[in-house]
Amino acid sequence: MAEPVLEVRGLKKHFPVRHGLLGRGRTWVKAVDGVDFAIHPGETLGLIGESGCGKTTTSKLILLQETPTAGSIAFEGRDIAGLEGTELMAYRRAVQVVFQDPFSSLSPRMRVEDIIAEPLEIHTDLSRAAIGNRVGEVLELVGLQPDVAPLFPHEFSGGQRQRIAIARALATNTRLIVLDEPVSALDVSVRAQIINQLEHLQRSLGVSYLFIGHDLATVAHISHRIAVMYLGKIVESADSDTLCARPMHPYTKALFAAALPSHPDDQQQERTIAGEVPSALRLPSGCRFHPRCPSAMPVCSEVEPTLQPRDVGGVVACHLYG
Amino acid sequence: MATIPADTRLAPGRAAAGRLRAVIKAAREAPQAAVVILGGLMLVAIFADLIAPYDPTLPVQGANVFDPPFWMEGGRAMTLLGTDFQGRDILSRLIHGARVSLIVGLMGTLVAGSIGTAMGILSGYVGGWVDQIIMRVTDAWLALPAIVFAIFLAAMVGPSMWNIIIILGAVYWTRYARVIRGEVLTLREREFVKLAEIAGASKWRVIKRHILPNVMNTATVLASLTVGVVIIAEASLSFLGVGVPPPQPAWGLMLSEARSTLMAGQWWLTVFPGLCILLIVLATQLFGDWLRVRLDPQLRNL
Repeated sequence: MAEPVLEVRGLKKHFPVRHGLLGRGRTWVKAVDGVDFAIHPGETLGLIGESGCGKTTTSKLILLQETPTAGSIAFEGRDIAGLEGTELMAYRRAVQVVFQDPFSSLSPRMRVEDIIAEPLEIHTDLSRAAIGNRVGEVLELVGLQPDVAPLFPHEFSGGQRQRIAIARALATNTRLIVLDEPVSALDVSVRAQIINQLEHLQRSLGVSYLFIGHDLATVAHISHRIAVMYLGKIVESADSDTLCARPMHPYTKALFAAALPSHPDDQQQERTIAGEVPSALRLPSGCRFHPRCPSAMPVCSEVEPTLQPRDVGGVVACHLYG
Repeated sequence: MATIPADTRLAPGRAAAGRLRAVIKAAREAPQAAVVILGGLMLVAIFADLIAPYDPTLPVQGANVFDPPFWMEGGRAMTLLGTDFQGRDILSRLIHGARVSLIVGLMGTLVAGSIGTAMGILSGYVGGWVDQIIMRVTDAWLALPAIVFAIFLAAMVGPSMWNIIIILGAVYWTRYARVIRGEVLTLREREFVKLAEIAGASKWRVIKRHILPNVMNTATVLASLTVGVVIIAEASLSFLGVGVPPPQPAWGLMLSEARSTLMAGQWWLTVFPGLCILLIVLATQLFGDWLRVRLDPQLRNL
């Protein structure tokens, strides 16, 4: 396969938490604790997991909003950690993000044309007219009329606003878009439209997506490959089809069980996981999932499982398949 | 398989028309008394030279000192509100005094607002040690009693209207810095600011395009509420003799000059400038209050 657009190796991000008198005690929240994945050109990687599992921290690291504690992120073969000057700007230009809430990600005081033009103004020295043309182009790409350009964000619905956010992310011939729960805030009917639009854009432009979500159906639909995250680690990862056909990790199985069936009369296995996500401050010993795992064995609380190849492709970190 | 919904067609130009309507509606809702008083005073201040019947700095030819207002015994129609201890026309001095009050009030507020907003943005957006230094300076500044501080500065640089403006700006910028900093701290975490940073926008660009436009409402509201305070401060400084120097007609100065005659029964020397100060401050406060509620519901319990 071709060189990956983005390759993440052993990525860690630990946040210090001070406690005790005068903040002398110090523990670490291991938000991201050794994550590896790669995204290839024109591919969508789905990153799925509960709130607090480190999905958003991972995206922040990729977007250079945080610096990693350890590990590397390589974009088109180059480590992004030490980027400076024009190389940094080239990276900023090639990687964009779409956030969850389309009501706070568009500045209420800027017109749509100025919102979309911003990355172009930063990265190109195009004339006003050329920028205007490009804005019209990307608006059409996302299924909006170019004549909405002079309007303000509050004049649009949630779905339309998310289209504007996508148009902005596309404006600079972007290579990778981080989609941080882009449809979670939208109505179910609008969700499908946006997802289809994203797939269509990927086919015509060859852009890669890192799709972050907690809704299994959506993530499985749009992703080529899926990585399941639990408490800062990837517990299972495989092609979207094989993962859906045969989830192996008990956590993945639980996620599938928790998703709504496609038909109300479908018989569903009751496999809900009990309890809350443990505090990232005091991680469980051994396998991080064992306190909530329905198939936990004695070994699970002692030895942390590593990612092993699955017999049907992909990898899984579980003692059941040792 | 492109799924393009049909509901994306919106009429262009709707925004502009909507804005114009909003402005007209706002003008109708504004507190009328405040608008009339402020508008009237502004006209008077601008056209003071045309309106005032006499030179405010010179005694009126043919008038006595301490002539009472026209409706009192001994009052004359040529000096409607009477004359002061030098035989100068009170009305003319009030009219020219409006100019001083408004210029000092508005310019002082502008100076305070500019310094304070710049400091607040710098403090809130840059953060780190810059934030620490600016906030500690602000704390120290707020610990000083404003008027005493202003008197001290005025005594140092000498009295003149423009000095007063700069002094009042330097005294009152701290409240802007505090409030704007808080606003910037929340703005900094907003997603559209993050998006701009991720897109590679420089700090300066983020401040110019995203931070400043979004704190202007707050700054405007603060400004409208500061105008009254600055006018009072100017009157106080003039009253204490470190403000606008005589013979320039300032309301505070008129009060000060009439102090000795108040007990002697020449009440018109003090009552009219006092009323003027009351009216202008009341009007700016009413207007500021209205603006506050209108522009920023979050500031209602400021």
